[in-house]
Amino acid sequence: MIPNNIAAHGLSADEYARIQQLLGRDPNLVELGIFSVMWSEHCSYKSTRAHLRRLPVTGPQVIQGPGENAGVVDIGDGDVVVFKMESHNHPSFIEPYQGAATGVGGIMRDVFTMGARPVAMMNALRFGAPDHEKTRHLVSGVVAGIGGYGNCMGVPTVGGEVNFHSAYNGNILVNAMCVGLARRDRIFKSAAKGIGNPVVYVGSKTGRDGIHGATMASAEFSEDSEEKRPTVQVGDPFTEKLLLEACLELMSTDAIIAIQDMGAAGLTSSSAEMAGKGGTGIDLDLDRVPQRENDMTAYEMMLSESQERMLMVLKPGREGVAETIFRKWELDFAVIGKTTGTGRMIVRHKGAVVADIPVNALSDEAPVYQRPFTAKSSPARTPVEIDPGRDIAESLLKLLACPDLCSRRWIWEQYDYSVMTDSVQPPGGDAAVVRVHGTNKALAITTDVTPRYCRADPFEGAKQAVAEAWRNLTAVGASPLAVTDNLNFGNPERPETMGEIVRCIDGIAEACRALSFPVVSGNCSLYNETGGEPILPTPAIGGVGLMDDVAREASIGFKRNGDVLILIGEARGELGQSLYLREIESREDGPPPRVDLAVEKRNGDFVRALIRSGRTNTVHDLSDGGLLIAIAEMAIAGGLGAMLDLPDRAAPFLFGEDQARYVIAAAPDAAETVLSDAAAHGVPAIRIGKCDGDRLIITGRLSIPVARMRSAHESWLPSFMAGDPASRAGLAAS
Amino acid sequence: MKCAVIVFPASNCDRDAHDAIMHVTGTPPQMVWHGDSEVPDVDLIVLPGGFSYGDYLRCGAMAAHSRIMTDIRRKAGEGVAVLGICNGFQILTEAGLLPGTLMRNAGLKFVCRPVELVVDESQSLFTRNYSRGERVTFPVAHGEGNYFASDDVLDRLEAEGRVAFRYAEGENPNGSARNIAGILNEKRNVLGLMPHPERACDPLLGSVSGRAMFQSLLEKLS
Amino acid sequence: MRARVFVTLKPGVLDPQGKAIGHALNSLGFKSVGDVRQGKVIDLELAETDREKASASLRDMCEKLLANTVIEKYDIELRS
Repeated sequence: MIPNNIAAHGLSADEYARIQQLLGRDPNLVELGIFSVMWSEHCSYKSTRAHLRRLPVTGPQVIQGPGENAGVVDIGDGDVVVFKMESHNHPSFIEPYQGAATGVGGIMRDVFTMGARPVAMMNALRFGAPDHEKTRHLVSGVVAGIGGYGNCMGVPTVGGEVNFHSAYNGNILVNAMCVGLARRDRIFKSAAKGIGNPVVYVGSKTGRDGIHGATMASAEFSEDSEEKRPTVQVGDPFTEKLLLEACLELMSTDAIIAIQDMGAAGLTSSSAEMAGKGGTGIDLDLDRVPQRENDMTAYEMMLSESQERMLMVLKPGREGVAETIFRKWELDFAVIGKTTGTGRMIVRHKGAVVADIPVNALSDEAPVYQRPFTAKSSPARTPVEIDPGRDIAESLLKLLACPDLCSRRWIWEQYDYSVMTDSVQPPGGDAAVVRVHGTNKALAITTDVTPRYCRADPFEGAKQAVAEAWRNLTAVGASPLAVTDNLNFGNPERPETMGEIVRCIDGIAEACRALSFPVVSGNCSLYNETGGEPILPTPAIGGVGLMDDVAREASIGFKRNGDVLILIGEARGELGQSLYLREIESREDGPPPRVDLAVEKRNGDFVRALIRSGRTNTVHDLSDGGLLIAIAEMAIAGGLGAMLDLPDRAAPFLFGEDQARYVIAAAPDAAETVLSDAAAHGVPAIRIGKCDGDRLIITGRLSIPVARMRSAHESWLPSFMAGDPASRAGLAAS
Repeated sequence: MKCAVIVFPASNCDRDAHDAIMHVTGTPPQMVWHGDSEVPDVDLIVLPGGFSYGDYLRCGAMAAHSRIMTDIRRKAGEGVAVLGICNGFQILTEAGLLPGTLMRNAGLKFVCRPVELVVDESQSLFTRNYSRGERVTFPVAHGEGNYFASDDVLDRLEAEGRVAFRYAEGENPNGSARNIAGILNEKRNVLGLMPHPERACDPLLGSVSGRAMFQSLLEKLS
Repeated sequence: MRARVFVTLKPGVLDPQGKAIGHALNSLGFKSVGDVRQGKVIDLELAETDREKASASLRDMCEKLLANTVIEKYDIELRS
C-alpha cells in the first residue's frame, strides 16, 4: 500500500504496521477503508478511552451506562429515560443547514434505536465572534437546520445554550441532545447474538454521501476543508420520521435480536460493532444493499454515511413480519447477510470476497493511546482589579444585551417547542420541563458548560459545568438523575490540549461523583481547530432530572407583587473570568469561580425541598452575569419589577459569578419560614428585597423600567441577524 | 360524537389531536391511515398538523392526493364536519376543499409561539361556544402559514362570514392576508386554521382556549 | 422521453424568497439586479414517445400535483 494512501486514510505508519500484523498480510483498499474509520478518533476514542474510564457511570438509577447507542435511566413505574448528546461540528461548519440537520437526525436515531420514542431535543451551540464574517451565516444555517429536521420529526426542541467567542471562528460547535422515553422491559441493544440469524438493512438507500465523514471529524481543519463539501450528507427528516414509526412498530413485536443505527462510518461501524458486542462473525453481501446510485464500489458502500438507515439482526423466520411493516412505511428492506460463528467480518461484492477481517481487530484491537499531556496549574486567586466608578444601570443594560446573555428567542421561536403537548416549561428558563406523557411526572433537561472557565482552569471549569447542570435541574424542582457529556476539544496530539482533556475529565468525574450524577452516555469531538488555533475546551454537559409532580415546578419569572426575594448561597464577589470583566472591563482573565461541591449539594437540596414543599415556585440559579442579571431576567420573564435592599452595592457583589447560588421569591409568611429553615440547615440565605411595580430599583443607585431591560435583552439577536445581507436562514430552509 | 384522525406519512400532531379530543369528549377518536380507501362512519374528521411527505414539493400537496382524500371529499360534500389544523389546513386548500393557499411565512422563518386570535365568526359548528370578537390564545408552529387568496375570494369570505379566526392586530406571525388565521367552506362544515387549538386544552401548557372548539363540536354533533 | 417542468409563481404573487435572493445579490455587489423571482425545476423521464401525448400528460400532472395553480404557473419543455 502506498504511504500516501495510508496517510489519506488518517492512519499512522505504526497503525498500518499493526493492521498488517493483525491480518497477516497487506490490507486491500476496502479493508484499509474499514480500518481507517473503525480506528479513527471518532469511532475508537483512542486518545480519550483510557481517561474516560475514570468517569463514574453507575448508580441505582442507571440501567444502561456508556457503550450502547444511548444511556438508560430508571424513572419509576416501569418507565425509563433514554438520552445522549452528540456533536456534528465539522459538517456544520462546512454546510451549516445540512450539518446541523443530520446531527439532529443522527442523535434521534441513537435514541430510538434503543426502543425509545424521542420526546425532547436540546442543543449546545458555539459560534465565532459576532463580527466575524461567517458567524451570521453559520447561526442562521445551523438554527434553520436544527429546526428543519426536528420540526418535521414532531419532536419538540425545548432549549439549549448558545455562546459566541472568537476561538470558534473557524470551528463552530453543534452538539445536539435527544431525550426519549421507553418501557424498562422494552429496551433494545446492539449485540448481534446467535449464529445464522438474518442481518437486515432498513431505511433509505445507500448513496455516495459523506464518504470519510468519520475521518474528517478526526482531523484538523485546513484552509482547503471547504473543498470537501461533497462529503457532507443531506438529511431527509421525512424518511427518518417513517423510520422512527416503523422501528417502534417492529419493536412492539419480538422479532428483533439487535439493532444499531448507521451513523458515522455507516455499514462498517454498525456491522462491526454489532458483531463485536455479540461475539459473533458477520457475513455481508453488498449486492443486496439498496443503492441509490449506479456502479457503487464495495469501498463506497462500506464507507457511505447516507442518513436514515438502520441495521438489525432478526430472529430467524421473522423477516416477513419486519418486511411488511417497513413496506407499509414505504421504506427499503433487505436481508443483506447473516451472523456467523467465525468471528470474522466477511464482505462479498459481485461474487468475490472483498474484505475478510477478524471482528476483534476492528474493536478490541483498536489502538488506545496514552498521549503525553501538560496540565495547566490553577490560576492564582488574587483579587481582580476593576474600575469602581462605573454606572450600574449602564453595566446592567450592556450585559443584558451582550451576545452571551441576551435573549435567544430569535433562535427558539424557529423550533417547534410545543408539539407533543408536554412542554410544560418552554425555552428561556433554567431547565426545560417535559411531562412524561400521560402521567404527572416530568423530566427536566438542561445543557451547560462555561468554556471560558474551562480554558482558565480545566479542572474547576469542568466541575462548574456539571454543577451548573445539576443546579439548573434543581432550580425547576427536579432531582438530578444522570448526565451525558459531549467533550469538544482541539488536537489531542498537542500536550497542552491533551492536558485540558485530562483535567476536564477529572473535573467531570469529581463533580459527578460528589453529586451522585453519573455519566450514562457521551461523545468526544477532538481536532476542533483551524490553522493551529484550538477552540476553548468545551465539555458540554447534558443533564436530566425527574419531577414526581409536574404541578410542583418552579420557573424564573416573578409572579406576585409583594413576594419576598431571598438570595440563597454565599456571595464572595468572584469576578475572575466573569462576563462583567469581559463585557464591561474588556478583559478575559483571573481565576474562574470556585466550585465547592459539598456546598453546591447542600444549597441545592435545600432549594429543591422548598419547591417541593410549595414554599416557592419562583427560582433562578445564579450563573453568567451574577446576581443582578438573574434578578433582571426574573423581572423580564414575569413582567414585574423589584425593589432591592442589598447589603453591598459594588460590582463584585452585583455581577460576581460565585457558584451554588439561587434567587427565590416567596410570599411574605413563607419567606420567614424559608429564612429560619435555612439558618437551621446552615444554608446562607438573606432577604434582598421584594417584587414590586414595573421597575427594578436599588434605592439611590438604580431605577430602570422592566420594559427597558426587556428591549435591551430582546433586541440584540434579532438586529444582529437582520444584518445578514443574504438572509440566508430563509434561503437555506427551503 | 364519533371522530377520526387521519394519519399521513409524517403527520406529527396526530397524537396531540387524539389526546385533545379524548380529553374534551371522553371518547378516543379512530386513527385512520391515509392509504385506506374509506373513513369510518364518523361525525368529525380531523386532518392533523405535521409535515406530510416532508412538505416536499409544496406543503400538503402530496397528501391532498392520498387515497383517503377521495372519501373525505365525498363526506365533506355530504356535510360531515372536517377540521384541518396547520398541515391539515394546507392539505384542505391543496385538495380544493378550502379556497386560497398557504405560502411561505413573510419573515421566511418557521415561527413557534402562542398568538392571540380574534374569533371573527361564532356561527359555525366549530366556533359556536365562542362569542364573536372573543380573544383566544393558540400556539402557532409553521413555516408556511401565510394565507393568500385573490381579493375577490377574500371579499367573498368576509362577506359570507367565513373568516372564523383572525390574528389579533399586531400578532400576525406570517403575513397572512387580512390577518386571516382560519376559514370555513361555503357549507360551513369544513374549517381550516394554522394555529393549534389542540395545543391549547391543558392549563399546564398555558392556555385552555382550544377546548371550546371541541366542546362546540361535541354539543352539536352528539 | 425526458421532460423538464418549470414551476414559478404567477406574476403579482409576492415571492419573499425571490426578494431575499435579490437583496443578497445586491449586497454581494451585483447592483444591476432588479426584480428576482425563483421557482422549481422538475426533471422527469416518461415512457412515452408521442410528443403530443407527453405534453398532454405533463399538463395534467402540473394541474393535478406539480403546480398549485392558485399561485403558480408552469412551463413544459420536452427534451430528446
